Amino acid sequence: MDIDFAPEDQAFRNEVRSFIEENYPQHLVGVDRGELSKEDFLAWHKILAKKGWAAPSWPEEFGGTGWTVTQKYIWNEESAAFGTIPPLPFGIAMLGPVIYSFGNQEQKDWVLPGILSGDTWWCQGYSEPGAGSDLAGLKTKAELDGDEYVVNGHKIWTTLAQHADWMFCLVRTSSEGKPQQGISFLLIDMNTPGIEVKPIITIDGGHEVNEVFLTDVRVPAKNLVGEQDKGWTIAKFLLGNERSGIAGVARSKKAIDRLRDIARGEMEDGAPLLDSADFARKISELEIDLTALEYTELRTLASESKGQGPGPESSILKIKGTEIQQRITELTMEAVGNYASPWVPQLDRGDNYLSIGPDHAEGASQSYFNNRKTSIYGGSNEIQRNIIAKMVLGL
Amino acid sequence: MDFSFTEEQTLLRNMVQSFVQDNYDFDSRMKIVRSEEGMSREIWGHFAELGLLAAPFSEEMGGLDGGPIETMVIMEELGRGLVVEPYLPTIVLCGGILSRHASDAQKETHLPGIIAGEDVWALAYAEPQSRFNPADVLTSAKADGEGYVLNGTKAVVAAAPWASKLIVSARISGDQRDSDGLGLFIVDKSASGVATQDYPTVDGNRASEVTLENVSVGADALIGAAGNGLALLEEALDYGIGAVCAEAIGHMKCLNDATVEYCKTRKQFGVPIGSFQVLQHRMVDMFMEYEQSVSMTYMVNMKLTESEAERKKAAAGAKVQIGKSGRFVGQEAVQLHGGMGMTEELNVGHYFKRLTVIDTQFGNVDHHLKRFAAA
Repeated sequence: MDIDFAPEDQAFRNEVRSFIEENYPQHLVGVDRGELSKEDFLAWHKILAKKGWAAPSWPEEFGGTGWTVTQKYIWNEESAAFGTIPPLPFGIAMLGPVIYSFGNQEQKDWVLPGILSGDTWWCQGYSEPGAGSDLAGLKTKAELDGDEYVVNGHKIWTTLAQHADWMFCLVRTSSEGKPQQGISFLLIDMNTPGIEVKPIITIDGGHEVNEVFLTDVRVPAKNLVGEQDKGWTIAKFLLGNERSGIAGVARSKKAIDRLRDIARGEMEDGAPLLDSADFARKISELEIDLTALEYTELRTLASESKGQGPGPESSILKIKGTEIQQRITELTMEAVGNYASPWVPQLDRGDNYLSIGPDHAEGASQSYFNNRKTSIYGGSNEIQRNIIAKMVLGL
Repeated sequence: MDFSFTEEQTLLRNMVQSFVQDNYDFDSRMKIVRSEEGMSREIWGHFAELGLLAAPFSEEMGGLDGGPIETMVIMEELGRGLVVEPYLPTIVLCGGILSRHASDAQKETHLPGIIAGEDVWALAYAEPQSRFNPADVLTSAKADGEGYVLNGTKAVVAAAPWASKLIVSARISGDQRDSDGLGLFIVDKSASGVATQDYPTVDGNRASEVTLENVSVGADALIGAAGNGLALLEEALDYGIGAVCAEAIGHMKCLNDATVEYCKTRKQFGVPIGSFQVLQHRMVDMFMEYEQSVSMTYMVNMKLTESEAERKKAAAGAKVQIGKSGRFVGQEAVQLHGGMGMTEELNVGHYFKRLTVIDTQFGNVDHHLKRFAAA
């Protein structure tokens, strides 16, 4: 057992830190995700792509970095500490591993470069109105007609589909047998006739998610990944990968630092809120829980580096990671006191807009409301507990 | 001992309930929230016609002589409808201060306009640095001849954009957080030197930052004795707590009903999700939080008229209960509705947001835990 970093890891840390400091776009320092345009989302990705650092998690032969587990950990830590825009998960974290693990050579050749370069924006067509926690209950139908699938259905909660060029989509190609049988994994061009994207505005006032309606959408049969009716294996593989990155430890550390700064600036009876024993205790509890999660994640990473893939234990990372994120946003909102209430959406701000209250209060409640999604998405925390109960505890 | 409502109180509840049902469904509410002004003067006028705006005032002032229990009944029903019209600031807070402490002349001048629904009032007591301590007041009131000159900034003043009158706490003497030396002043919002920056709040209401620059008021603007303002203010805030507790149990009831209904009808894995024991227990916890909140709401509203010490302890305890329960019920209602609970389209998220604001309004859980411990 050894937790110290080797000298070469320290050197690597210095290298990535300077790279970020020297190359991160100035205008994207400290901006809120809700304010980003499509170009903004991709700006940092494209710089990383040029450097060859866009896909730290991929094998080198497909354009990954070849970094060790420790190096990837350092990379995440430094990125979070600087506050870079989190990388979009759809291509790099979700679809990429599916394609190099299950795709044919032709698919590897056309899908992976677009993900790496950032030229192709992917979205995830998984959930449906009737298929949320019970994903296998999905009904969107794809019927083979010559060398094309004809797709009809309704996807929902499709994150950032408004920017997407392509969607990887779970479709039903057979209704025989169990619901898990008969699902296929299809790549769909969002410009195909018959696709309509409708925004869903969430309680924080933001537009992140959408409904996607598919009506007689014709998709070339060669866009099928893996075998027809065998897509469930791929779907689960993808969800496992989605969960492994979801703990967000480094970003939560950064958020706790920020919370501490805010509490230092907020006054309670003439003294900084941070000096309040009650408040300091709550921050400490959060920090201790986060430390436990960090070491749990490190243990997972260590076994991953020995070739074991993320197991059902990764559900711990999802549950604890999102609970901590929610508590941080809750405490941040609490810290700003009365100034958690003002609510002026970006769109409604005229040229003469003056911010209300201290700058650090801006967006605190929006962020709290927005983060309620984290215990719902990516397989709700109830479903994650079911996974642990079944797969780990054997109940 | 008796926890039942009188016939009059039940009639009052039924009247408010059917008015809200008939005139204030969720779509109408959202139209009002998104309108230019953000409240409906028409609805406010109906409140006046129904006598709601007269409820807590004495009969000689043209009121109906209602007490905290009548206010509680009204606020609970307004809470069910997520009503944004300013009953709390105008009637409960400012109206309450006027009816309990204003001179006869002040009452005669101001109460008729309130009862008729002509004037909206807002209580400007918090300041940018004050957090939840109502004694932390930098706004100054300097004696000037017979009257006073006010200078300072008031923070997040609920309903101020709609108000024509403000009640402003200002320091006549003493240091920033002294409990003595405050005065409560009636200020015309159109008076020279009053400026507001108006904005929406997360719960669909409106508020303002209010700045006072050399605002001259007469001697008749001061409510009660000079320097005694904090006692009046704390009492008003405790009445406010009684009212928001009632509003919050209205929200919680609606959220719990909606959640149970949703879990009975939403099917996953071929069965209603309400058949899963883990969700059943969660809804049972929500139900228990609601019941405990109802109990504390009744308790505080029965104790508002008791001794100052008893009132303070009751208000602090009730606010802690409501803060915790409101947060739990709100968060779990969203969680059990899944993605739907996250949408602006469904009322669930709006109840959740109002409960979130109530948790902070008049002081959060930590603030009132300390107050309870000290009481």
